[in-house]
Amino acid sequence: MMRAGGWLLAAAALTLPLWLSSAYHLHVAIMAGIFGVLALSLNLLLGFAGQLSLGHAAFFGIGAYTSALLTLKGEWSFWPALAAAVALAGAAGWLVGRLSLKLRGAYFVLVTISFAGVISLVSVNWIELTNGPLGLPGVPAPELFGWSLRSKTAYYYLVLAGLALSYLVSARLVKSRIGRAFVALRENEPLAESVGVDVTHYLVLAAVVSAGMAGLGGSLYAHYTRFVSPEVFLFTYTVTMVVMVVAGGKGTLAGPLVGAVLFTVLPEALRAAASWQWQMLAYGVLLVLLVFFLPRGIVPALQALRRRGAS
Amino acid sequence: MAELLQHLVNGLVLGGTYALLGIGLTLIFGLMNVVNFAHGEFYTLGAYVAFAALAWAGVDFFVALLMAIAAGAALGWLCEVTLLRPLRGESIDTTMLVMIGVWIAMQNGELLVWGGVAKSIPHPFPTAPLVLGPVAIAPLRIFVLVLAAALIAASWLLIQKTKLGRAMRATFQDRDTAALMGVGIGRIHAATFAFGSGLAAAAGALLGPVFLVYPSMGDLASLKAFSVVILGGLGNLPGATLGGLLLGIVEELGAGYISSGYRDAVGFVIIILVLLFRPSGLFARQERIA
Repeated sequence: MMRAGGWLLAAAALTLPLWLSSAYHLHVAIMAGIFGVLALSLNLLLGFAGQLSLGHAAFFGIGAYTSALLTLKGEWSFWPALAAAVALAGAAGWLVGRLSLKLRGAYFVLVTISFAGVISLVSVNWIELTNGPLGLPGVPAPELFGWSLRSKTAYYYLVLAGLALSYLVSARLVKSRIGRAFVALRENEPLAESVGVDVTHYLVLAAVVSAGMAGLGGSLYAHYTRFVSPEVFLFTYTVTMVVMVVAGGKGTLAGPLVGAVLFTVLPEALRAAASWQWQMLAYGVLLVLLVFFLPRGIVPALQALRRRGAS
Repeated sequence: MAELLQHLVNGLVLGGTYALLGIGLTLIFGLMNVVNFAHGEFYTLGAYVAFAALAWAGVDFFVALLMAIAAGAALGWLCEVTLLRPLRGESIDTTMLVMIGVWIAMQNGELLVWGGVAKSIPHPFPTAPLVLGPVAIAPLRIFVLVLAAALIAASWLLIQKTKLGRAMRATFQDRDTAALMGVGIGRIHAATFAFGSGLAAAAGALLGPVFLVYPSMGDLASLKAFSVVILGGLGNLPGATLGGLLLGIVEELGAGYISSGYRDAVGFVIIILVLLFRPSGLFARQERIA
């Protein structure tokens, strides 16, 4: 049943460009895919290792800038630049993980915010490298075996592949020994440590994989919008990721995806009905309501509902 | 030398308002264990209320300041009673998410009410700076510094000398024992949140006329308040005061001697370094790390 639903969804995702007629709808689908990668990435830290990173936009931005700079100034082709974006963001995740080994809860949050703040200021002020607030226009579109992936349909499949990869990595990780260590860490750290889970090692690992995945999202974003500016470090991106993970259901694999689709499509759908400010206002209120009425998120709530229906 | 003195004076003015922000946040964070990301929005609210009172109603500067504090405290109280009280006992992540929601909603509410264009608050002080030896300082800035100092002193008196303050300190030390001794935890939380929000609004109303007022001004204010709290240690009022002054001065020196583009990085670097090397704050005696 579950399996059939999953295959159906995969088939729907694969054929989406066939029945989405307008380029605008496809654009929304691409953005949902990119945010899906980011939400999965944040979920590894927040949902499984139990550490909230409010600096996740930093890893996203590092990925975007790395990929853009290497293709623009280094004249690398897209694929090695993508790999470098993942690696550099992962290295940044390693640094943050190592730095904040002993910090938990609010203190971990504050270190991640500060890290993102510093990186963002560097992107504004290191003008020789980043072109400052003006940003880097003209990031080239990716190519595959000589084929340009410039069209929205082609790019959709690229993003879908990235999303599938992120999902598979998350699923593999979570179901492995490592994933069990993450959960042990989240649920009861002293107990986990007492039975021999190397807490430090697994926390850093979670941070590296999560940051690398955010870097992948950043690279996909840069080559899609073809423009990177310090705005990629905006706190709004981090907040959006958090809302997606929390609304969808942190600590589940499907939750972040549901959240990403919902919170990309919903604001777009509401765009005609309400101005941007009203929408953001509603976003804030919605987050509060979610915490009150759906504290564990949509996916766990649906699972509970189905279990109740079955029994 | 003259330049250094000038930077120190400017840093002190900035630091006084940072201290107000930090005291409010350190009380809320330390006492209620709520990571209040909406703190900066109360700062913005204070600035806008002062703007409305001065530019539209044309009231006295002191009256405007009082109105800002009252508005901040009232909204803070409302926020605690409606949103945080039902969630008491929930994890810190839960309340943090609620406050992130409040932050987004408030900031965009302010944007809707007052628009996105930055506003300058009219003030009754002469603009010609007072020259004291090598240092020049605008009368407005002296006023800001004096009032910030007065408000800090008032907060200290409230915490140390009143019954409410004693109950707040007891709750901070041990919530359960305090409750058993007859301290109404609900009332203390509401009072703490209202008090902290009122102080943030005061900081906004004071710093508003010095700079400009715009809807997203609270974001940086929140982060600065967090750096002050971390510098001073959780729930540590003298620590927050010293931390605020220190942050103001270091920022000013950093902007003056290193690069003005990295002025706001000072707070971030302080957060990282302090958490790494002295996680209980610069001025704390005991380890207090969650």
